[in-house]
Amino acid sequence: MKHYLVALTLALAPPGAALAEEVAEALGDAENGAKVFRKCTGCHQVGPGASNRAGPHLNGIFGRRAGSIEGFDYSDAMDRAFGDGLVWEYDQLDAYIENPRALVSGTRMSFRGIKDPQDRHDVLAYLREFTANPQDIPESAPTALKREVELSPDVLAIVGDPEYGEYLASECLTCHQSDGGDAGIPSITRWVEEDFVVAMHAYKQKLRPHPVMQMMAGRLSDEEIAALAAYFADLE
Amino acid sequence: MKLNRRAFIGTATAAATLSAPMLNAQGKPRVVVVGGGAGGATAARYIAKDSDGAIDVTLIEPSRTYYTCFFSNLYIGGFRDLQSIAHNYAKLASDYGINVVHDWATGVDRDAKTVALAGGGSVPYDRLILSPGIDFVEGAVPGWDLSAQTAMPHAYKAGTQTALLKSQIEAMPEGGTFVMVAPPNPYRCPPGPYERISMVAHVLRDRNPTAKIIIADPKANFSKQGLFEEGWNKHYSGMITRIGPDFGGENVSVNAATMEVDVDGEVIKADVCNVIPVQKAGHICEAAGLTEGNWAPVDGHTMVSRMDENIHILGDATNQGDMPKSGFSANSQAKVAAMAVRGALTGSRVFPAKFSNTCWSLIDTDDGVKVGASYEATDEKIAKTDGFVSQTGEDAALRKATYEESIGWYEGITSDMFG
Repeated sequence: MKHYLVALTLALAPPGAALAEEVAEALGDAENGAKVFRKCTGCHQVGPGASNRAGPHLNGIFGRRAGSIEGFDYSDAMDRAFGDGLVWEYDQLDAYIENPRALVSGTRMSFRGIKDPQDRHDVLAYLREFTANPQDIPESAPTALKREVELSPDVLAIVGDPEYGEYLASECLTCHQSDGGDAGIPSITRWVEEDFVVAMHAYKQKLRPHPVMQMMAGRLSDEEIAALAAYFADLE
Repeated sequence: MKLNRRAFIGTATAAATLSAPMLNAQGKPRVVVVGGGAGGATAARYIAKDSDGAIDVTLIEPSRTYYTCFFSNLYIGGFRDLQSIAHNYAKLASDYGINVVHDWATGVDRDAKTVALAGGGSVPYDRLILSPGIDFVEGAVPGWDLSAQTAMPHAYKAGTQTALLKSQIEAMPEGGTFVMVAPPNPYRCPPGPYERISMVAHVLRDRNPTAKIIIADPKANFSKQGLFEEGWNKHYSGMITRIGPDFGGENVSVNAATMEVDVDGEVIKADVCNVIPVQKAGHICEAAGLTEGNWAPVDGHTMVSRMDENIHILGDATNQGDMPKSGFSANSQAKVAAMAVRGALTGSRVFPAKFSNTCWSLIDTDDGVKVGASYEATDEKIAKTDGFVSQTGEDAALRKATYEESIGWYEGITSDMFG
């Protein structure tokens, strides 16, 4: 339980960079935390160039007020948490990633949660590194991060037809839940359109391994992928 | 095209219905859906949802509680309880404005465009969607008919039959014999009988490890055969014997009174006998004159009957081409039909039909496998375009993930059906 005390103490006093590094170590194994964080990268970015995707970027998350990133479209529930003055410190983050809906019922973060305390411990140690030196983590355009597949600007520029997307999406919704639930099968609602397009092309090119998704994406045209991205981006 | 018209309702009723053509009192076109399973419930929901109240939708389904056939084997295996596969139609009525009628549809007057109800009266339609599932061909397994279904359950329509089979398995004497009479192609849920065998073995391995499982099978090969046989060797070594057609597995008769199963002259005394008979389209298809042989032929572009342009048919009851008879297929076909029906009645946009199917099966705890394919409509049939199947020798983590994926799919498809 020592780490709780360290984290809380930290929240009270503005940390120097050296102290923060030590604390990050004391918090947990950031290297393992980076691996655990892969569960989160579908929706969240952190580090240099991180921007808001389906979820807000996580640079400087420690000590940040919940629901406070300008321009991010939060759920009503997270807006209420902002109003209530929820601040993301270790304990709040730990509770939130254990079971998001237990802390902020009605959050759009449709994630089952990380049940293993050590994994939570480690991923928070990893995230803590990106609060320690915020001046070193400038935010920039979304393109600053390398994409999973390189797509021509023409493909990325296609404006999807959401009505066609709605029909095509009916095929996705046999497995993926329209309310964003992610038990056993990932949530695909409210993704930034570009992320959706990149992910589908990664399946289509068989860079991502899942056979069902390779098959489903494999027969979709560039326009159809854009149509799906447009539809799911706005699905409540 | 209309060769086999039926006029079973009195002429007075027919005339009255004809005098009230396309529009009802609210001026809305009417869609009637018969059957509230993976095809019918999905079609009703999508038409109601996507037409924003412009179409009047009636769903006729006799059961108030619907038990999904998919995952009913997991109930037999003790992985799910019966409540977890039970669903009702409350949301379709309250959230989507669907008129849910709990009654049997007994016939269709295709000239008057009405559906007759067992409880009396009839329901008029502009477009009719039939999704009645399967019925059994009586006498196909000599000695078995529906009067034998208590002694020898089929458990191939989920609910009380499944519960009965489960209780019989659990009450088997020590070292007893479970016999399955497997069906010939085509039938509902191709891997279903073999997933069931896996679940029966799972139960018996723990409760009754000296028990024996025998499958009398008329088919030389079956769905996911390599995967199942690998799993049976691994998890249930020595428990399961399959008698294929080369050893007389197609020549089977039963005696429900003595619980004897005759496989090509050799009589087996069964403690539990699960007869999965030869299947055909749900009775209403035949009653409406929409079948050829055992099944109802449809055009894959819109799932419209090849015998009546105002009737669409979905799911297990159809002869459509390459898609297996599965809940996933019926759900996929329902969306194509819903789009076509809306297009015809309200002029909404119609896109090219796409279909897909995936069937997950559980072999033992955390050992899930799957097979699936994508399809497109041609003038001739629904044709397979691509497919995949789990591989033998996959590691435990992948098999566990596959099982967990099936649980996610169950949540997805049942909310897609029932709202």
